[in-house]
Amino acid sequence: MSPAREVVVVDYGRGNLFSVCQAVSRVGGSPRLTSDPEVVAGASRLILPGVGAFGDAMGGLRGLGLDQAVKTFAAGGRPLLGICLGMELLLEESSEFGRHEGLGLIPGRVDRLPEPAAGSREKIPNVGWCPLAEAEHGPVWKESIFNGVRVGDFVYFVHSYAAYPADPRDRLADIVFAGTAVTAAVARGNVSGCQFHPEKSGEVGLAILSSFVNDAPERR
Amino acid sequence: MATTRLIARLDVKAPNLVKGIHLEGLRVMGDPQAFARRYFAEGIDEILYVDIVASLYGRNNILDVVRHAAEDVFIPLTVAGGLRSVDDVRSALRAGADKVAINTAAVADPELIRRVAEAFGSQCVVVEVQTKKIGPDRWEAYTDNGRERSRLDALEWAQRAVELGAGELLVTSVDREGTRKGFELDFLRRVTAAVGVPVIACGGAGDAADVQRAVVDGGADAVAVASILHYGTCSIGAIKSHLAQSGVLVRSAA
Repeated sequence: MSPAREVVVVDYGRGNLFSVCQAVSRVGGSPRLTSDPEVVAGASRLILPGVGAFGDAMGGLRGLGLDQAVKTFAAGGRPLLGICLGMELLLEESSEFGRHEGLGLIPGRVDRLPEPAAGSREKIPNVGWCPLAEAEHGPVWKESIFNGVRVGDFVYFVHSYAAYPADPRDRLADIVFAGTAVTAAVARGNVSGCQFHPEKSGEVGLAILSSFVNDAPERR
Repeated sequence: MATTRLIARLDVKAPNLVKGIHLEGLRVMGDPQAFARRYFAEGIDEILYVDIVASLYGRNNILDVVRHAAEDVFIPLTVAGGLRSVDDVRSALRAGADKVAINTAAVADPELIRRVAEAFGSQCVVVEVQTKKIGPDRWEAYTDNGRERSRLDALEWAQRAVELGAGELLVTSVDREGTRKGFELDFLRRVTAAVGVPVIACGGAGDAADVQRAVVDGGADAVAVASILHYGTCSIGAIKSHLAQSGVLVRSAA
């Protein structure tokens, strides 16, 4: 057996990193938590986690010089996975509590979820398990980190905002919220992101992480 | 649209899983990790750990139980019991919890809700409202596992907690807890109509039909159950099938 693949997890003081690391270990990866920009820029694969507010998280990344490190890493063509807020940070900007600039690795914006109709059981934040659907113009799942996912598989979401990629081909998966398709995952070249928490999504989530850790091409 | 969540409530007096009636009269059930693993495999949607002795940092504390769970239970974990400060919440999140539920400390200092929400986001702040019926259409909020009165109207307190930043409410009926007599639907209906955040119903499930009524009649977004799972009265699959048959969207187990 080959040695466990190292997966660098960006630690900028936000979120439950313990669970991300446990899940990476479970699928055969070797997680390495770091706040060091050099380690991030030089990683062979990288996870950008995060919960909380967009502006605050970008501030946290910038304060540690990690925003540039993540961009440098991504430019090298190696696999990057953003999770939840970490996925939203991949886009160009967000309207959460004012306008905030993101990492700009995926063209597009992050905006509040559409308002559910009065009397609907749907609420913001959208908390819970939602079934995944293919995005209309998105990449083929079989050739992505979703190669172990079936349409209708449930994954766990906690969010009030969602990504709106400028290019519909960057949308990997959707969910239906307030009667409209909302981005559940993005993929553009070596950069992927999940709005949901794969580390909290049971076997389906572990399959996604396993694809990322074991199958995503490590080209440089 | 998110499915209605079924949550296993594990009352812990570390290192044991325990279960009481009206939040008291405890009986040791076994190793919480064995229960958590089994419920995960059977398709539970979340696990709620309640430290009934509220001893966050003692030997054999709840955080050890949660840390252990996070090693192989890959669903959302919530910790309740004894969390009094932003630092306590940070410790719980570092141990692998995704959310915390606070009650006693929030009643004593409502601004704690805001401070925790600002530090970690509303999504991880669950405020537990423990209710006792004190008159027709009147409920009082209780603290300390149903032992202490707060003198707060439970419905007003629930609304205030949401204004302060609670991302979810855990509504526990002290009157019904452990009795298997069904949920306190009258209060559930009022609170789910009054707030815009998800409401978790807790306390009183006797069978799958009770769970269904909490959702369909009470408007609950999630239901926490304990006794009926621990004693094997109902399986997770049976509860979810019952919900699905009445048109409630649930996550099918893998």
